[in-house]
Amino acid sequence: MMEFLRQQMGGFGATYRRELGAYFATPMAYVFLAVFLLALGVFTWEAGGFFDTGTADLATFFVWHPWLYMIFLPALAMRLWADEQGAGTDELLLSLPLGMPGLVLGKLCAAWTVAGVGLLLTFPMWITVNYLGGPDNTAIALTYLVSFLMAGAYLSIGSAVSALTGSQVTAFVISVLIAFAFTAAGWPLVLSTVKAVFGTGFADLVAQFSFLTQFEGAQRGVLELRSVMFFLGFTAFWSILNGLWAARQRLG
Amino acid sequence: MLDIRSLEKSFGAKRAVQGVSFTLEKGTVLGFLGPNGAGKSTTMRMIAGVLEPDAGDALIDGKSIVSHRRQAQAALGYLPEGAPLYEDMTPPEFLNFMAAARKIDRTKRKDAVERAIADARITTVAGQRIGSLSKGYRRRVGLAGAILHDPPVLLLDEPTDGLDPNQKRAVRALIARMAPTKAILISTHTLTEVPALCTRAIVIDRGRVVADGTPADLAKKSDDGSLEGAFMRLTDQAEANAR
Repeated sequence: MMEFLRQQMGGFGATYRRELGAYFATPMAYVFLAVFLLALGVFTWEAGGFFDTGTADLATFFVWHPWLYMIFLPALAMRLWADEQGAGTDELLLSLPLGMPGLVLGKLCAAWTVAGVGLLLTFPMWITVNYLGGPDNTAIALTYLVSFLMAGAYLSIGSAVSALTGSQVTAFVISVLIAFAFTAAGWPLVLSTVKAVFGTGFADLVAQFSFLTQFEGAQRGVLELRSVMFFLGFTAFWSILNGLWAARQRLG
Repeated sequence: MLDIRSLEKSFGAKRAVQGVSFTLEKGTVLGFLGPNGAGKSTTMRMIAGVLEPDAGDALIDGKSIVSHRRQAQAALGYLPEGAPLYEDMTPPEFLNFMAAARKIDRTKRKDAVERAIADARITTVAGQRIGSLSKGYRRRVGLAGAILHDPPVLLLDEPTDGLDPNQKRAVRALIARMAPTKAILISTHTLTEVPALCTRAIVIDRGRVVADGTPADLAKKSDDGSLEGAFMRLTDQAEANAR
């Protein structure tokens, strides 16, 4: 059992380090972090009215996370596999005695780390609300954690599609569309339409698969096991697709 | 060392490789010759475990690439066509990645990387990113990656293609130095380097082996006694037979 796991996960460390290095060897990670933080700031302050709510919490900050992840994380993940196919290095990678799960998770975790760094760099917001009042810091930490898990789910879509299309631009566009579908499914505007056409039962089902719905509890500072399992399960599901799509190349 | 058993591969309706078999012993440098599109690269990619064969098998150091892919791949050094590399890395970074991926022990990793850098003669460019290197140096970095774990079998797909004469000589010298202790399969369509480099040659055309022997044997099959004449005759003949 352990031997099997070791073989399947072979190359995780090497792939993780190589991909993380690739993000920071090029301006990629820096540009991503700068633009991501800028966008998050603009939305929180300008569109969300951070100072106008009169409460010392990060609600106007977290509410934008799903929407910004939907655009930014596919941009981070699009190169993971498409880049290999473009440069022909996938041939090199497939000739190494590695396991596909190790490759898939190594790449995913590298992108996940960059996203995590972006999330960590929003700490001035946290400091600000503590300066302004006495927020529930446990609740905020919890929301950060679930937001980080949600980022992994978005990235897993992007990574899988990158392996499927082999082109960065196509991967980005398709990933954003899929991510939009899974985000907007919990939007009242979409839900009311679904309810009108298919009935309440189906609308509830659709809402269960929405990142908005799953993130809602966490935004209130409630840790729901259901949401944690949803994001982890979602990530696992897309990672399996990712592995299958990447292995497809062996068939020619 | 290397035992190829009736490998087959089709892409849609095109039968790229149709039952290629041969064996290769330690100390042999086998030239894998054939026109473009004959199935050289497809065969090599199947042996490397990059492409799954439709039928047949390749045993590398006794391990099947079909049923024990990882063990077989561990005994193999592969330089893909065009030597694709991670351009954002420096050669030592790339070799360290390869060493980690090949699970070379941490304590031996530094020595292995240094040895490969010295063997491939890339010390002078060790500080540069691979993306900024010339074709010849890239090829040698790829070679360094292939020999890093000192594999008993080497698979080099057109290692000298597109290099200038000096670079070609450097790559040939490297192969010659490694030849006695390894089984080496080299695909090429530069016939002039075959007699100098290879102890045996196989000609493949339309996915089939059409000739197998020493370069001198092959040359005898032509009217003028040249390898080029033999090559043209063999591949023409296959074309005639196919009609």
